[in-house]
Amino acid sequence: MGILSCPLPQPVIDRIVLAHGGGGRLTNQLIESVFLSAFSNSALESRHDGAVLSANGAHLAMTTDTYVVQPLVFPGGTIGDLAVNGTVNDLAMCGARPLALSAGFVLEEGLPMETLRTIVASMREAARAAEVPIVTGDTKVVDKGKGDGLFLNTAGIGVVVAPKPVGPESVRPGDAVLVSGDLGAHGIAILSVRNGLEFEGAVRSDTAPLWPAVEALLEAGIEVHCLRDLTRGGLSSALNEIASVARLRITVEEALIPVSDVVRGACELLGLDPLYVANEGRFVAFVPGNEADHALEVLCSQPVATGVVRAGTVHEDSAGIVTLRSRIGGNRVLDMLSGEQLPRIC
Amino acid sequence: MRFLDEYRDYKAVQQMAKAIRRSTTRPWTLMEVCGGQTHTIVKTGLQELLPKEITLVHGPGCPVCVTPVDMIDRAVAIAQRSDVILCSFGDMLRVPGSAQSLFDAKASGADVRIVYSPLDALNLARSNPKREIVFFAVGFETTAPANAMAVWEAERENIANFSMLVSHVLVPPAMEAILSSPACRVQAFLAAGHVCMVMGFEEYVPISQKYGVPIVVTGFEPLDLLEGVQMTVAQLESGRAEVENQYARAVRRSGNRPAQERIADVFEVTRRAWRGIGEIPSSGLRLRDGYRRFDAEFRFSVDCIHAEESSECIAGLVLQGQRKPYECPAFGTRCTPDTPLGAPMVSSEGACAAYFHFGRRKENGDPILSTAAAGD
Amino acid sequence: MCLAVPGKIAAVLEDENLGLRRGKVDFCGIRKEVCLDYTPEARVGDYVLVHVGFALSVVDEQEAQRVFEALRELDQLDELQESTP
Repeated sequence: MGILSCPLPQPVIDRIVLAHGGGGRLTNQLIESVFLSAFSNSALESRHDGAVLSANGAHLAMTTDTYVVQPLVFPGGTIGDLAVNGTVNDLAMCGARPLALSAGFVLEEGLPMETLRTIVASMREAARAAEVPIVTGDTKVVDKGKGDGLFLNTAGIGVVVAPKPVGPESVRPGDAVLVSGDLGAHGIAILSVRNGLEFEGAVRSDTAPLWPAVEALLEAGIEVHCLRDLTRGGLSSALNEIASVARLRITVEEALIPVSDVVRGACELLGLDPLYVANEGRFVAFVPGNEADHALEVLCSQPVATGVVRAGTVHEDSAGIVTLRSRIGGNRVLDMLSGEQLPRIC
Repeated sequence: MRFLDEYRDYKAVQQMAKAIRRSTTRPWTLMEVCGGQTHTIVKTGLQELLPKEITLVHGPGCPVCVTPVDMIDRAVAIAQRSDVILCSFGDMLRVPGSAQSLFDAKASGADVRIVYSPLDALNLARSNPKREIVFFAVGFETTAPANAMAVWEAERENIANFSMLVSHVLVPPAMEAILSSPACRVQAFLAAGHVCMVMGFEEYVPISQKYGVPIVVTGFEPLDLLEGVQMTVAQLESGRAEVENQYARAVRRSGNRPAQERIADVFEVTRRAWRGIGEIPSSGLRLRDGYRRFDAEFRFSVDCIHAEESSECIAGLVLQGQRKPYECPAFGTRCTPDTPLGAPMVSSEGACAAYFHFGRRKENGDPILSTAAAGD
Repeated sequence: MCLAVPGKIAAVLEDENLGLRRGKVDFCGIRKEVCLDYTPEARVGDYVLVHVGFALSVVDEQEAQRVFEALRELDQLDELQESTP
């Protein structure tokens, strides 16, 4: 047999790589090692979608998001309504009614005006549907080649109406994990128009404002411990982040996790796991076990959560991991991804 | 999905597992050859359903893992040329070369694109006549028909700006290499179902006879793998050593003849170095002389950096099934998917990555999840 | 390499110029154009196993049933054994 040869590759730690933006392990490392260590404060350290602040006795939530998606227009939406809905949703995940949004545009020289109008029109529609005004904004233009068409930042403020703090630190052993609907539509919709991976099929992004569903839960008097909208990195990333901050173990049942037929077909074809595929109109809710049935009843009458299911449970276990019981009854750790999930043929 | 979901059915799987438990009376060590099979086993927790007497060791059927370092370096060097668009399957992007992976090269500005099929790369060549399109053709026999067709079409249409960097490997020589090693503990093989879909399984008969091992051509879904184990155990328990076909819905004894003919048109057998194992004679494919102008190794002359040997990474032993990933001292500590020491930690189907993602162990070695076999 | 997925042929497209046989294969509502040159016997309605855009085998539907028939027999045997004192 030949000599064993196994070189030591250089880990790339001296520069940003694309995986830093994937929403998985490297993103979290970046946040911890660069941003948290520089900006440390308790609001930031709770690592939730938005920050909750007190001002003159009122509780406000504040959030910001930047959107760099390609293509700018895709089946079911544009970067514009992703941004509006995404920011509205981050506020909703803090238990806050969205009050107002800002929008900052970085436009690349050469971007067709038609494209910009389409995007802005979709933002107007999304804001109207979410009943949130865009009250202020900013515009910059960068040289051709420096901007990928358009980068969009949206920030939002909201009024916290949840009676108790909503976040990973409120999660308790015995909590039920509810998933608001079928997974993976947004990520697959994007892939369906990305060069090299196109396919035909009616997959539209699931981008939607989630506040009405959250409001319904709160108005029904349900003790909501934690909410998280599922974005890049999918269900797996959201659950891992929560488990690790809460220092508890979350178990999920694969057979209970909803995935539509078309999304499944696309995932099988490209070798992707739907648990890691991006969503834009889905969330997980953690409620006490004995309130799960009531919460399910409330949510399934909300248009954005008609497919809601109970998919898992929280357990006492400081390992802070997520485990999955597979369809065939075996178990595995549902790990955080290192970087972006790539299609595979193997 | 038809012809997938039925083979993931809970009840059917439990029944098959029960049948295996009933017929197992002694310890047996089986190797599943293909990385895709490893992926299913670890992803579904299949090992838990097997009696503790049955040990599954994971074979070298991960072409990503076994692609030699200098081939990755060559791909990176070619990708860095400003006139080149390098196309690759997603699997290859993160595998570390001597200094960087294709992903790193892309981050530095190289035009590296993921494609679903080699025909997509050919389309890129048609629509970008001023650029050089290079397709990184890695794989076992399963992928060879597709790669052969891409070259064959390029030749027919006289597409001048298309070439292929070929790193194909063949399964039977690898199985023989494993069996002929004095440290070999493998008593039977679950052969790679999709490789056999192309090549048939006649070539396994002499191997089975020479080494006295059962070889069962097996599919990729949980029920397929369990049925493959069941058929293998039945042979072992009764002292037989034959080639059988579990995956008969997809695999025929003589395989896919048109595909074999196209492969033989375009490629010829050659020796290949397997990362972590070493050179195995007649274990790879290269483009025939008549298609040399489509061979990226000849079209682009690049100086390659030669890899340094590391004593820490035991990829070779893992790929030959002589060690489990968690038996490596660096597993999960110095070697993780973010900081891989070798290819099996990077590839989505590499044994080390599979164990890391799906079956983490505690520091004292105890599994976080119980893997006790279910009783009857 | 391993990932070959079963899909149903929805349409066959013959390219007269180049004589290449392509098809539209359906995977649960997703349709992809697939090369059918390696499965000349495949027809609309057949299920094929597709790897990187190529159909490499037509699914033998009878063979596909075999394991379930065997499991049904095993099940019946079990029931028989459990019911006998």
